Amino acid sequence: MSVSREEVQKIAELSKLQFSENELEKFTKDLSNIVDFADKLAKLDVEGVKPTAHILDIQNVFKEDNVKPSYKREEILKNAPSAQGGCISVPKVVE
Amino acid sequence: MKDYEVIIGLEVHAELSTNTKIYCNCTTEFGADPNTHCCPICTGMPGTLPVLNKKVVEYAVKMGLATNCKIANFSKQDRKNYYYPDLPKAYQISQYDLPLCENGHIDIEVDGKKKTIGITRIHIEEDAGKLIHDAYTGDTLVDMNRCSVPLIEIVSEPDMRSAKEAVEYMQALKSILEYLDICDCKMQEGSLRCDVNLSVRPVGQKEFGTRTETKNLNSFKAIQNSIEFEIKRQIEVLENGGTIYQETRRFDDAKGEGYAMRTKEEANDYRYFPEPDLAPIVLSDEYINSIKESLPELPNVKKERYLKEYNLSLYDANILTMSIKTANYFENVVKKCNNPKMVANWIMGDFARLLNENDISIDESKISEENLANLIDLIDKGTISSKIAKTVFEEMFNTGKEAKQIVEEKGLVQISDEGAIKEIVEKVVENNPQSIIDYKAGRDRALGFLVGQVMKESKGKANPGLVNKLLLEILNK
Ligand SMILES: [Zn+2]
Repeated sequence: MSVSREEVQKIAELSKLQFSENELEKFTKDLSNIVDFADKLAKLDVEGVKPTAHILDIQNVFKEDNVKPSYKREEILKNAPSAQGGCISVPKVVE
Repeated sequence: MKDYEVIIGLEVHAELSTNTKIYCNCTTEFGADPNTHCCPICTGMPGTLPVLNKKVVEYAVKMGLATNCKIANFSKQDRKNYYYPDLPKAYQISQYDLPLCENGHIDIEVDGKKKTIGITRIHIEEDAGKLIHDAYTGDTLVDMNRCSVPLIEIVSEPDMRSAKEAVEYMQALKSILEYLDICDCKMQEGSLRCDVNLSVRPVGQKEFGTRTETKNLNSFKAIQNSIEFEIKRQIEVLENGGTIYQETRRFDDAKGEGYAMRTKEEANDYRYFPEPDLAPIVLSDEYINSIKESLPELPNVKKERYLKEYNLSLYDANILTMSIKTANYFENVVKKCNNPKMVANWIMGDFARLLNENDISIDESKISEENLANLIDLIDKGTISSKIAKTVFEEMFNTGKEAKQIVEEKGLVQISDEGAIKEIVEKVVENNPQSIIDYKAGRDRALGFLVGQVMKESKGKANPGLVNKLLLEILNK
């Protein structure tokens, strides 16, 4: 396996996700397959090829600095599971 | 105890004063009701597409050029991944390996000595939202108005060796940002803040010690105090045989204490990768040069000019050029009254004190440049004494009235009529026979006392030069 169970566990923690033993097993296998597939690229000769910064051949896509109306607050809070005082309410954050 | 050397590097975050956010057209205005400056893009809704604000690139390049950086012809943006409720996308768009500006430096002055501080890089990124703790429910509330307000992060080399140097460096950056007019630098509102990386090592040791990072300091006092606290703490730990851990810390300015954050070390794995939604930034030399040509006179250059053109002391030039507002005000007053030294004294003396007491900046004061110039003319011409001028100045500061009007209304014109002064002098001499005896006995203090009495009698309006002259004439008769 090119991805270890420990790596999957760490990624899960960083992503604030919890997996059962079975899920851990499954994701380790799936992620390994994905990495193996992508690893084919590592076997190519890329001598003299510039690193890709973007998959499309575009550059300098800018917007002007002009203010447009924002959304109504009700719209912004519509998808929040919980809101109070015009804010999204989340479980207490400890630093 | 061993002697220790302190190594400090700063990461300074400056919010850019663009009209709109970095990837959408929401306003960046400060202080609105929570979540009223938001749209699907800056709140990270799926399926939205960010587009980079052109002004952000321009401002960052300006700062890069003003700090002697090399500007990248090719630059890109990357995703910095972490989960925190103030970051709706769960990643911050920043720059990783190809920042806009690299390898710069600025000069600072500490105790009269010049020192160069290296700037590793300046990159563009988006700010996070604000978390408010609700004491009543115990929940955390999220206000996303600040999400995606544009920032530049200015990363220094570990070149500073004391709290004083760090504060001077921060002050120098603030001056430059204000001169360029790209950040409002309101530290209490968080638009300019910094993280301090600090380590200590015994003098003579080659390797750096383990460093800690104290986050989010938003006043010069907090920077100074947190650094002094952390230096003391690290040395104490080492002296007691302990170990410094690489950790992220906070500083409680009210308590004057730093503490380690409870976040796990693991959280520092940001798994950067190129931002696929944004195109690379390609800047031509022509573009970079045109920005270079548009730069204003910067603080160090202005300071040199003040020394030469106005013949000011280094101290005066330093203070006057620190803020662009003060410098502009100073130059405009000098243009009108042509007495640089006196203008400098007023701005750095009574004016600075009153501005400080009222917590306003010079451009918010009621005294127009023209009014201050007129006041100085009145002193130059001898119409009022410098002592009276102080009273007039306070009145001008409080009411915004013109100097001349105040002088007329209050009858403060200086008495320069010899006859009138002589009358008062004679009266004072007559009423203070003991002082005459003291003076003749060689006690010089008696003269000062008599001058004081005459000034008092004239309500401060007598021309002090004439008072002195006439008194001496009578006393030495
Ligand atoms: Zn928006």
